[in-house]
Amino acid sequence: MTHHVLDMPIDADTARSLRIGDTVTLRRTLYGIRDATLIHMFDRDRRTRLDLNGHAVIHTAPNVHKVPVSAEAPVGYTPFCIGTTTSMRMERFTRALMEREGVRLIIGKGGMGPATLEAFRDLGGAYLAIVGGAAALETTWIEQIEDIDMDDLHPESLWRFRIRDFGPLLVGMDSHGGSLFADVQDAVAARRDAVLASIGASE
Amino acid sequence: MDLDMREVEAVCAALYVQALKILPPDIKAGFKTLVQNETDATGKTILGTMVENIAVAERTKNILCQDTGIPIYNVTIGRNVAFDGAELKAAIRRGCERATKENSLRSSVVHPITRKNDQTSCGIRVPIIHVDFDTREETVGIEMIPKGSGSENGSFLKMLLPSDGIKAAKRFVIDRVVELGGRVCPPTIVGVGLGGTSDLCMHLAKIAATRPLRTVCSDEEGAKIEAELSQAVNELGIGPQGLGGRSTSFAVHVEVAATHITQNPVAVNIQCHSARRALATVTPGGIAFS
Repeated sequence: MTHHVLDMPIDADTARSLRIGDTVTLRRTLYGIRDATLIHMFDRDRRTRLDLNGHAVIHTAPNVHKVPVSAEAPVGYTPFCIGTTTSMRMERFTRALMEREGVRLIIGKGGMGPATLEAFRDLGGAYLAIVGGAAALETTWIEQIEDIDMDDLHPESLWRFRIRDFGPLLVGMDSHGGSLFADVQDAVAARRDAVLASIGASE
Repeated sequence: MDLDMREVEAVCAALYVQALKILPPDIKAGFKTLVQNETDATGKTILGTMVENIAVAERTKNILCQDTGIPIYNVTIGRNVAFDGAELKAAIRRGCERATKENSLRSSVVHPITRKNDQTSCGIRVPIIHVDFDTREETVGIEMIPKGSGSENGSFLKMLLPSDGIKAAKRFVIDRVVELGGRVCPPTIVGVGLGGTSDLCMHLAKIAATRPLRTVCSDEEGAKIEAELSQAVNELGIGPQGLGGRSTSFAVHVEVAATHITQNPVAVNIQCHSARRALATVTPGGIAFS
């Protein structure tokens, strides 16, 4: 179990050095993305001017204040409550996000599936688990909303956050076929029959 | 008592914000119990982060979770209350919209076909408003629930056969909890509806999922099943966020309704660990929030 402090962006080798059970703290830059953003980018082939190459994306749609543009708010938004949504809905976009945009790390809650694990193995990436629902705490790790694209999808825009010591996050899935979520699912499946028997609900 | 609609609007706005910021005492107490009983190291750490988040939200006056949810208002009207029903619904909607705009809350509500977001937390038939009646004198209760959607996506209905028995309903609940794993932001409250028609069964599951912890199903048979299932789900090992441990759920709650001789419906609706609700009680003496 190693703790990694990563100055974003990173390369494929660094992404491959992460192993399930390790912890990670991110610095500098983080992108926010979710359902509508991904649907527009990949199902409707919409391109972004933002450079995601080597970066981490977090599954989010934040609460923000709209303010006049200033040095603190370069695109006219200040963060108010930024949290994380369920990742599994976005499973089918992982490979495209990595291949076309060069994304290396995905941060979310609840874990992702076999297609994501395969993309990580082929391309070099990892899934970092954050505690869902702990958004007030997570917001204290965000310094600024630096840039934004596709804001017609607000709040499901593509957000660029400046971060300070974002974490610790738990490596939940890695480039070597490891998934803490799959491990727990297997253990749960093995207990299911005994649990059903204990309440007289066996098949 | 005449219900003042400007007051209703203000109360509905305040309730949305309060619900998003402060967890009810029963949920905070529920966390304490889970922390005491958790044996898994990762599970303990995650529960610790959730408890820390509750304190950070209160200290920084922030909302607990980014998901402002689908707004639900449950209104219970007592005896000798005079009001215009259409005005009441309009006032609730204005309050919901006002809370969103004045606090720059994320509007999480979109048109189901165009996916257009009006940035008001309102839309066709949303906020969801339920009106019921009780026997309290000159009293109106308004409960606000911002229903988080990671957990709302954990919703299921099955029209089982009478010959399948209650055993199949119990198995259905366990299997849905297994299938959902960490996606619904555990530790959860698993809401279970038994009986009714398809729509009533689903509604029962929502009532169950949003009922305060340590309350018990009013039907004796339903109470037995919720006690049994509450213990069983925490033997599965899903744990906080699906990363392992005992704390899969605070509780399983069951609500029941009579059903047809040909039916055996079971429904599941999940509430996440940010189990937010806020209640205002309006009487001639004033408004009390809890």
